[in-house]
Amino acid sequence: MTITSPPAASAGRGSPPRRRSSRGLVGWGFIGPFLAVFALVFLAPIGYSVYLSLFQDRLIGGNTFVGLDHYQQAFQDPEFWSGFGRVALFLAVQVPVMLGIALLAALALDSGRLYGKSFFRITVFLPYAVPAVVATLMWEFLYGSRFGLVGDINRAFGVSLPDPLSPGLVLASIGNIVTWEFVGYNMLIFYSALRVVPRSLYEAAEIDGAGQWRVITAVKLPAIRGALVIATVFSIIGSFQLFNEPAILKVPAPNAITTFYTPNYYTYTLSFSGRQQNYAATVAIVMGVITMVIAYAFQLRGMRKEA
Amino acid sequence: MPTATDAPARARKHSTDVPRIRRRVHSVDRPRRSVSVTLLAGLVVLYTVVPLAWLVISATKTQTDLLGSPGIWFSGHFALWDNIRQTLTYDDGIFGRWLLNTLLYVVLGAGGATFLAVLGGYGLAKFGFRGKRTVFALVIGAVAVPTTALAVPTFLMFSKMGLTNTPWAVIIPSLVSPFGLYLMWVFASEAVPTELLEAARVDGAGELRTFFRISLPLLAPGIVTVLLFTVVATWNNYFLPLIMIKDPKWYPLTLGLNAWNDQAATAGGQPVFNLVITGSLLTILPLIMAFLLLQRYWQSGLAAGSVKE
Repeated sequence: MTITSPPAASAGRGSPPRRRSSRGLVGWGFIGPFLAVFALVFLAPIGYSVYLSLFQDRLIGGNTFVGLDHYQQAFQDPEFWSGFGRVALFLAVQVPVMLGIALLAALALDSGRLYGKSFFRITVFLPYAVPAVVATLMWEFLYGSRFGLVGDINRAFGVSLPDPLSPGLVLASIGNIVTWEFVGYNMLIFYSALRVVPRSLYEAAEIDGAGQWRVITAVKLPAIRGALVIATVFSIIGSFQLFNEPAILKVPAPNAITTFYTPNYYTYTLSFSGRQQNYAATVAIVMGVITMVIAYAFQLRGMRKEA
Repeated sequence: MPTATDAPARARKHSTDVPRIRRRVHSVDRPRRSVSVTLLAGLVVLYTVVPLAWLVISATKTQTDLLGSPGIWFSGHFALWDNIRQTLTYDDGIFGRWLLNTLLYVVLGAGGATFLAVLGGYGLAKFGFRGKRTVFALVIGAVAVPTTALAVPTFLMFSKMGLTNTPWAVIIPSLVSPFGLYLMWVFASEAVPTELLEAARVDGAGELRTFFRISLPLLAPGIVTVLLFTVVATWNNYFLPLIMIKDPKWYPLTLGLNAWNDQAATAGGQPVFNLVITGSLLTILPLIMAFLLLQRYWQSGLAAGSVKE
C-alpha cells in the first residue's frame, strides 16, 4: 500500500478532469448495489402487479388481456370499500390520539420539568422493540375475560365489562394496540426535533413575556412542523397498511373480524385463499395509489404552510 | 459551615441553600421540576409498562396458575425456569430452531440492508453524479409504497423463481431499507467533512480505502442507528414470512409463537399459553437489551436524522 500511494497522488494532482468523471462512476459504484436489490424487490414487483392487474388467468382460455376490467370491479366492490372505510375511520381517530399523546410526552420531556427524564424516555420507547405479533398476543391475553386484566377487573369489582374483542369494540382494541406500539417511537421523533430548536428563541419569547403555553404554540410547534408532518405521513401509511393486528386477532375473534376487514387483509385473502391473484394485485395497486396520493397531498400541504 | 459548603453548593445548581442563584438558574434552560407534570408523564409510563410487567409476571406461572390466579400479580408457585425449559424443549426443541432462523434472517437481512444503506447513503451524500436526483426521488417515493402491496407480486415472482419456502424469500426483500438509506444520506452529509475526503484523495488514497479507513469510523453512530432499526424490522417481521414460508422448520419466532397460540383454537389442539407467554418474553428480551445498551449511539443517530427534514 505504501508503495502505490505516491504515484497515485501525483496522478491525482496532474489530471483533475479525468479524476472528476471517474468520481461520478465511483458514486454509482457506491449506490449501485442498493439500486440493484431495489430494482429486484421494489420496481420489478410493482411492474409485475401492473401487468397482473391488466390480465385474467382462467382455467379455460388461459391468460387473457382484460384491460381495466379489474379496476372497474374494484371501484364497485363493496367489500373493498368497507375495508377502506374502516382504515379511514382508524386513521381519523387513532392517529390523532397517538400523535397527541406522543407530542405531549415529547413536550414534557423537553420542558425539563420531569423527574427521571431518561427513565421516562427509554421506558415509553420500549414497546417499539416488541414485535407486533407479541404485542398483539399480549393484549389479546389482557383483553381476555379468562386470565386477563379485563377478567381481573370483572372479578375484583363484580362488574362485567364489555368484551374488547366483540364486533363493536374490536377496532378500538386494535387502535389501542397500535398506539401502545408506536407512541414512544413518535415521541422520540418529536423530542429529537425539539432538542435542536435554538434555545435563544425561548429566551426571546420569555423576554417578550410569553408564558409556557405561548412558547409551545408560537415557538416550539412551528419549529418542529417538519417532524410533525413526517410522523403523520408515516402514520397514514401505517394505518392504510393495517394487517398484522387484525390477522392475529382473527383467531380469538372470528366473528368480529371478517376476511375483508382491512384492504390489506382483503388482498391477502384474495390471493392466498381465493386464488384470485389478478384481482388481488389490482386491489393492492388501488390501495397503494390512494395511500401515496393522500400521504403526498398531506406532505405538500404541511410543508407549504411552513414556507 | 456556610463558608465551607459555599463552593460545592454553587457547583450543584439545584442545591437548596443558595436561593438567590436559584431564580436565575430555573429559567428557560433549567426550569423547576414539576411533580404534576411528572405524575401525568407517569400515566404514560404506566400504560407502556403494565402489559410488559404482565408478560414478565405471567411467564412465572404454570398453565393452571395462569387461569386460576389474578393476572397482575405473582402466584404461589414460581415456574419461570420450568417454563423456559419447556419452551426450549417442546415439540423437539422447535423454538430453538425458530430462534436460529430469526438470527439468520436478521444477520443476513438486517446486516445486508445496513451495509447497502451505508454504501448508498455515503455515495449520495459525498459524490456528485448524473441521475443522483432521480435516484433520490425514486427511493424517497418508495418509502410511501405500502410494503404489503408489494408482497403479493413478490410472492408470485419468487414462486416462479423457486425461492418461496426458502430463507432467501425472507432475506432478499429485507435487504432494502429506503428509510435507512435516507438516514445514512443525511448522516453522512453532516458527519464526513468533504475537505477530509479531498485531503485523502490528494494523498492518493483510493476511494474504497478512504471509505473504509476514514469515513466508516465517522459514520459509526449512524450505522448503529440504521442497524438497530433494520434489526427491529427484520426480527419483528410477520407479514413477509407469513406469505413466503409454509414449512414450520423455516418459521421465524413471530410466526412460530402465533402458531402456538392458534393451537388452542384448533380442534384437538393442546393449549400451551404458558409457552406462548414465555416464548414471547424470550423473543423480546434480546431487542430490549440491545436498545438499552446502545442508547447513546442510536439516540444521537436519530437526533441527527431529524435535523434535516
